[in-house]
Amino acid sequence: MSTPLVSALPPVDRAAPTKRVLVWLCIVLAALLALPLLLPGYQISIATQILIFSILAMSIDILAGFVGRTPLGHGAIFGVSTYVVIYWTASLGGSLWVGMGLGILAATLLAAVFALLAIRTSGVYFLLLTLALGMIVWGVCLRSTGITGGENGLRGIGRPGFLVDHVHFYYAILLVTVPVTWIIWRFVHSPFGLTMRGIRESESRMRSLGYNVPLHLFLAFVASGFVAGIAGALYAVFNDFVSPSTVQLSQSVSALLMAITGGVGTLFGAFVGATAIILLENVVSVFTARWPSVLGLTFVLIMIFAPEGIVGRARILLAKRRRRS
Amino acid sequence: MPDSILTLDGVGVRFGGLKAVDDVSLCVKRGERRAIIGPNGAGKTTLFNAISGVIRPTSGRVTFEGRDVTSAPPHRRAAAGISRTFQITNLFPSLTVRENMELAIWGLVARKFSFFGSRKLTAGEDARAKRALELARLGARADVLVSALSYGEQRQLELAMTLATSPKMLLLDEPAAGLSPSERIIVADVIRALPTDLTIILIEHDMDLVLSLVDWVTCLSNGRFLAEGAPAEIRTNADIQDVYLGRARPHA
Repeated sequence: MSTPLVSALPPVDRAAPTKRVLVWLCIVLAALLALPLLLPGYQISIATQILIFSILAMSIDILAGFVGRTPLGHGAIFGVSTYVVIYWTASLGGSLWVGMGLGILAATLLAAVFALLAIRTSGVYFLLLTLALGMIVWGVCLRSTGITGGENGLRGIGRPGFLVDHVHFYYAILLVTVPVTWIIWRFVHSPFGLTMRGIRESESRMRSLGYNVPLHLFLAFVASGFVAGIAGALYAVFNDFVSPSTVQLSQSVSALLMAITGGVGTLFGAFVGATAIILLENVVSVFTARWPSVLGLTFVLIMIFAPEGIVGRARILLAKRRRRS
Repeated sequence: MPDSILTLDGVGVRFGGLKAVDDVSLCVKRGERRAIIGPNGAGKTTLFNAISGVIRPTSGRVTFEGRDVTSAPPHRRAAAGISRTFQITNLFPSLTVRENMELAIWGLVARKFSFFGSRKLTAGEDARAKRALELARLGARADVLVSALSYGEQRQLELAMTLATSPKMLLLDEPAAGLSPSERIIVADVIRALPTDLTIILIEHDMDLVLSLVDWVTCLSNGRFLAEGAPAEIRTNADIQDVYLGRARPHA
């Protein structure tokens, strides 16, 4: 089965640059820690938003980059988690922490339902099926006015006191993002992660080697939904408001675009992609209200000129240079 | 029949109106080297697919080691000890040779569900991977991307991967297809060096190669059983010469 979004990336050189990678990771982490010193209040909340959407983009990368199945319904899984958190805290008066747990649980369960219906398909059919499932979620959220408030959405109860400050909240989200990223990194580099890449390369070979391919696809999809649920729960605290636009198609599209811009199959590309798209959105919004048109155009340009994404392209260039030297 | 490992009982595979395999029965003994020959379109690969579970037979029964596996999915049959190679090279091209071997080895063990564990092979697994690669003469190529291997090396890796799992029965679908004469010799040597208790069923078009490797030959034609016998008999069988070369007309 052809997987147009996965290009033949050079392998990560496992022997040589572990030390160099560690140094780079430390530099990036130090920069992330120092960021609030440089940015005033509003802009640091853009950085917070970037971190949250990086988690969502990584959840998409698990499927698009490692399993080779590109989903277009992750906005719905993400948004359902947001809905559950805000409904639990604002409408039912429950605790935020329990609400976040329930939100992640709801997203995981929804992902399991999506997975059962979608894993039989691949390629563009998988894309369309997840898109349709996401639309159903959007329709339900729009129509169940009694619970979701319909188009008016739901307002939250505000952040807990110690998170009200933009900088404090940024650090709290960073404190979640770092271990989540590390766990996903371990996940895609585990034996199970290798089976995901094997499925991307050849399902028939995997089956004849003794792998129950649908089961692996199901587990990968559920894991991806779990991560999207984490992002959605964090977004509930960040945004303090949820409406059908949180679960709608454009959410799924922009999150997928973040994963692609960064480079599918690179994992850390999610951060680069989320940064690029969210910054672009903020810049564009100053000049025009036609953000969806710009988003679409960006998508087309990236697919034509850098389908392997920013990190993917950088990796290819680096491999070329190393070969030459 | 206690010594038979695989029994096909009237197996048929039908694609719409086409009977790709039609009422084929055969019995393979444990440790046997069996060849399945026949002209293009005889149904050899379809029969392999029916044995390995890629497609379900539309009629008949497949029994492996006394168990009816007719409707078992491929991964169950792999777990029962059936391993196969593909006529058209079917590997994981953007992974390294070592990673291909890791996937081959973990197919039948619980470790494939290790979600956060290390990918380091245990000493036993590493020894098995090394031995299989040595057997297939790929020992020095473990860290190379499969897409960077030559075609011949990819065929050797197909063999190495099926060997890493220590299967009970090996299905080789044209292991020497598209290889140069010198590469054919390597593949033939690899097959000869396989453990003698391993049952092997082989599809191959190169008659000299196949008849030197096996001890029993089954010939199919148009999906039907045509003839079987020892290699020496097959060379002289008139029916087989007819399907390969066209029927000889008297006084032509």
